[in-house]
Amino acid sequence: MDTTTFDTKDTINGPMHASLRHDSAHKHVTGSAEYIDDIPEPAGTLHAALGLADRAHAEFLSIDLSAVKAAPGVVMVLTADDIPGINDVSSNGSHDEPLLATTKVEFHGQPIFVVIGETRDQARRAARLAKIEYRDLPHWTDIDSALENNAPLVVTPMTLKRGEPETEMAKAPRRLTGRFYVGGQEHFYLESQIAFAIPGEDEDVTVWSSTQHPTEVQHMVAHVLNCASHAVTVNTRRMGGGFGGKETQGAHFACLAAVAAKKLNRAVKFRPDRDEDMMVTGKRHDFRVDYELGFDDEGRIHAVDATFAARCGFSSDLSGPVTDRALFHADSSYFYPHVHLTSKPLKTHTCSNTAFRGFGGPQGMVGGERFIEEIAYAVGKDPLDIRKLNFYGEPGSGRTLTPYHQEVEDNILMRLVEELETSSDYRARRQAILEFNENSPVIRKGIALTPVKFGISFTMTAFNQAGALVHVYSDGSIHLNHGGTEMGQGLYTKVAQVVADTFNVDIERVKITATTTGKVPNTSATAASSGSDLNGMAAYDAARQIKDRLIDFACRKWQAKAGDVEFLPNRVRIGTETVSFDALVKAAYFDRVQLSAAGFYKTPKIHWDRAAGKGRPFFYFAYGAACSEVSIDTLTGEYLVDRTDILHDVGKSLNPVIDIGQVEGAFVQGMGWLTTEELWWDAKGRLRTHAPSTYKIPLASDRPKIFNVKLAEWSENREQTIGRSKAVGEPPFMLGISVLEALSMAVASIADYSVCPRLDAPATPERVLMAVERLKAL
Amino acid sequence: MTSAIRFILNGEEVSVGDFSPTETLLDYLRLRRRLTGSKEGCAEGDCGACTVLVGRLIGGALRYEAVNACIRFVGSLHGTHVVTVEHLAAKDGKLHPVQQAMVDCHGSQCGFCTPGFVMSLYGLWMTNDTPSRAEIEIALQGNLCRCTGYEPIIKAAEQVATERPSALFDPIERDRAEIMAKLWTIRASSDTITVTKGKDRAIIPGTLDALAEVLAAEPAATIVAGATDVGLWVTKQMRPLNPVVFINHLTDLQTITEDESGIVIGAGVTYAQALGILEGRHPALGRLIDRIGGQQVRNMGTIGGNIANGSPIGDTPPALIALGADLTLRSATGSRTMRLEDYFIAYGKQDRNPGEFVEKITVPHAPEDAYFAVYKISKRRDEDISALLGAFYLALDAEGCVETCRIAFGGMAATPKRAKAVEAALIGRPWSWNTVASVRDAFDEDYQPLSDWRATAEYRSLAAKNLLTRFFLETAGQPQELARFEPEEA
Repeated sequence: MDTTTFDTKDTINGPMHASLRHDSAHKHVTGSAEYIDDIPEPAGTLHAALGLADRAHAEFLSIDLSAVKAAPGVVMVLTADDIPGINDVSSNGSHDEPLLATTKVEFHGQPIFVVIGETRDQARRAARLAKIEYRDLPHWTDIDSALENNAPLVVTPMTLKRGEPETEMAKAPRRLTGRFYVGGQEHFYLESQIAFAIPGEDEDVTVWSSTQHPTEVQHMVAHVLNCASHAVTVNTRRMGGGFGGKETQGAHFACLAAVAAKKLNRAVKFRPDRDEDMMVTGKRHDFRVDYELGFDDEGRIHAVDATFAARCGFSSDLSGPVTDRALFHADSSYFYPHVHLTSKPLKTHTCSNTAFRGFGGPQGMVGGERFIEEIAYAVGKDPLDIRKLNFYGEPGSGRTLTPYHQEVEDNILMRLVEELETSSDYRARRQAILEFNENSPVIRKGIALTPVKFGISFTMTAFNQAGALVHVYSDGSIHLNHGGTEMGQGLYTKVAQVVADTFNVDIERVKITATTTGKVPNTSATAASSGSDLNGMAAYDAARQIKDRLIDFACRKWQAKAGDVEFLPNRVRIGTETVSFDALVKAAYFDRVQLSAAGFYKTPKIHWDRAAGKGRPFFYFAYGAACSEVSIDTLTGEYLVDRTDILHDVGKSLNPVIDIGQVEGAFVQGMGWLTTEELWWDAKGRLRTHAPSTYKIPLASDRPKIFNVKLAEWSENREQTIGRSKAVGEPPFMLGISVLEALSMAVASIADYSVCPRLDAPATPERVLMAVERLKAL
Repeated sequence: MTSAIRFILNGEEVSVGDFSPTETLLDYLRLRRRLTGSKEGCAEGDCGACTVLVGRLIGGALRYEAVNACIRFVGSLHGTHVVTVEHLAAKDGKLHPVQQAMVDCHGSQCGFCTPGFVMSLYGLWMTNDTPSRAEIEIALQGNLCRCTGYEPIIKAAEQVATERPSALFDPIERDRAEIMAKLWTIRASSDTITVTKGKDRAIIPGTLDALAEVLAAEPAATIVAGATDVGLWVTKQMRPLNPVVFINHLTDLQTITEDESGIVIGAGVTYAQALGILEGRHPALGRLIDRIGGQQVRNMGTIGGNIANGSPIGDTPPALIALGADLTLRSATGSRTMRLEDYFIAYGKQDRNPGEFVEKITVPHAPEDAYFAVYKISKRRDEDISALLGAFYLALDAEGCVETCRIAFGGMAATPKRAKAVEAALIGRPWSWNTVASVRDAFDEDYQPLSDWRATAEYRSLAAKNLLTRFFLETAGQPQELARFEPEEA
């Protein structure tokens, strides 16, 4: 054995907790990172385009596709009748979401047929030539009209109840009722939905899908093709953004591409235009929250009763768990001694709303913050004082039980908020703003410091499992695969760090490979912020198994005890002898040691009984706080975010620069949701904000002028997560609530802070101006 | 007759004679050349994922500009140098400083928008060594990122500004002289080029006279300058356009000059090109132009096109109407000049006859003591279409009474339209708080705006009235407007 050449350095490149750049950064900046539309197309590749409904709710009288079929370059037109298996892509098994409409359409833009053409341009042009006659049926698109029409619910609603809300509400020294509207949100992943299907022998088909959930796409394709899952392989190397919008929504495109590919025995690519993507696929749910609050003169909450009604769209999709999560977060960071919360998942004639970063949690939380705001204006105090007064208490305080009967065991709210209060100079700045507003007739300022407490785990307990596959090749290089998908969040980088750290080898030895259902089966969506918690642990388990075998082998070969084997950077010490990692691996191979392992992980401790509204749905909580200052123009409602300070908890960070990137990006996305991002349907049920020309996500010039972002470096997850880290994908999204609250304070100045402005979201310049006008008229 | 266009693509001179007049540069790059670094994010010039640089000869110089390949037509590329993200890194794989800064500052997450950001930053860096934060933000208005929140990208832009590397690492600097020579050779001929594909024709007239002749013969032709509007007719509405006459290369239309009486803007002058002279004379116009589209759109789009298409929400017409601008149309039989406001007859209808094209816009100078302001109101501050836009021009007499007043709005009617009732109510009266307050109702005579996804009618009416208040405060020396950056910083 050659033991003469090996590293002698003290640390490896890329251990856990190191600030490592994204593994694809170099490829991103050179344009060489491959997205699905960039994959070289096999000869004869065809292209698909959708034929869409132009009614919100109607039955078909006739469908004439002859002009479509006769158009140049058209190879085939698919309708529901052409689907070999089940015409359904409902992600929850409720069979309420046809892939292609059959007898009726239930939203404007619902797919009716698919054109397969020689070129994408030909397919798109042909798709517009259909002649369809409809008989219109009554339609409603928003929450108010859904309630007026007694719209059905898409799933059974959930109720959370604790204490005696009715009697305690009646006894509360002060009470108020109110209503809050919060808008939806388009994901606006920069890469639109896309799928690319290549037919194989027998029933086989391989689908490249831009999806957060390759396993579900695999299952859907199998259902639609009427074949077993083993015939379908789904691959995802990277997405150009997901944000929840590719948790279930990619299945439509993948299934239709696969059907066409199998029928024609040719490769089929399906890339909708941006406008079609925005019209067809689901978005964040908008909510109407009707609330009654009982509190005292100090501003302490006695009882809360609230109903969260949501626009779910025409099918259930993920609306059940989304509206559940809204209720789970309606407490925001606050202890409600007596509480009753109900969801109303309403059917509407719009696209089927779906997962979006936070998954209902942000809507619940912004509702909870409105409750605080109401009480603060009612009792005439700084909203931050009301927040702190109502925070969950430390264990033993009697103020730790959530509305779903889970104890908050890891509360760091007060420390986090008070650190930020000091570092942002909140009190002095608020005082200065109060003085500024007194002397400023047109421009007004506001400041708000808001907390985040977000529950981590899929509330569907079964989803909290993950697999990984690690191979160590005989040259010492390592192949890593796991069920998580990469959408820019740096998951591949973090999990590779875990593996490099476990073997104590440089991360360059670890090749991160595309997620595929053929390597790791039965995976969950990369969602619920769980990617690194679940897949990091599964990869650790796989690497640990191989490492144990290498230790066993070393003990046998060198007659050592396990305690004498130490994995040093890129080398292994066995007693007094040291060999390179490569050499040990090669020797193990020749000794017929298995150098491949499948890892598995399931989150401990969690359980949930939805019917009873009781359990421990969350493994732990992630926390954060943000302080934002804004200026508004009371003549036009325009505004600027002058400064934001953030202190966020990611436990012991697996990769601080990647986590900072998640925090900053999530904040700006959350701010966009609550400010300029407005979805607007017309009377005919048409979404009119279906492209970036009309739907306005934040630009570089919308981010705070001063932007100070820090991780709470002292925090460690008290639960045994990978490296004691915490999930980071979703929680910082809700830091954006600070901007809405700051805008609200600026508006409140009009009536000398005596009235809660009840500023609804998104707080567009128009909503800000109209709130100003309401307060002026008082 | 010539039947192919010639341009340089990265390091290679190409001749293309088989494109349809509506083929986009992005499709050409991705589908025909397999240059897949440039991405399609929206196909309407809003997201910037497709950003490439196009170098063109103008005023004896070779100028590179970031443009949207998704709405740029191949037919507009004759005699240019197209630079894509694939051209930046050195042959040995060493990253260009702009790319390296993006890597160092963690400026990419999902990476899909990244090539576009790299190209926009490259375009900025070529012309501005030390951009301020404001200049960086302005250069990035046409690039959307949904992952990072932009902070690391801004830091990358600042990092690259601090280290201007040797020309060795910059492919354009290295080859500049050679590229110029090649482009001069291509542009030496002023023959009209006609490219035919099936029944479709792209016509690239070599001179202004040739343009007039072509339009006389083809009155139904679609004239395309920057394609920032026409591009969407193709990518979104899939309108068949035939023939298409490209005019963006006609340097005779690209002059902007200033003399004692005013500024003359050729119809082919882009927003970016016009910015310097316009903001020098009318700072408010400069601030407005910085909020039209993104930098890529401003590099392609022309003020002439903004007028010619007759949109009720074009940003420059109300401003130019308030300044008292004239419009000159030209055809094979001659030219005619009208007041700009008279060009807009009704929604979708303008005073332009078949065979006529916009030749120039003449903006008279305002007296030094006149006031002029433009206020654009949109849901998002930058790169958004106006909900409403108000332009105010005011001259007072010796007594402080309103002598001349032109107020024009976009987004308030079916055309860009003057507020004649408000103007009439103001003329002759003292320019005072009381006067301004008393004329608010006159707005309702002038405008009955619509509700749509940009704003409700109520908001438009209220904000329009309030903008007069803002204008009054500004003329009174008490400007009350939010500024993202202090003026001296910009």
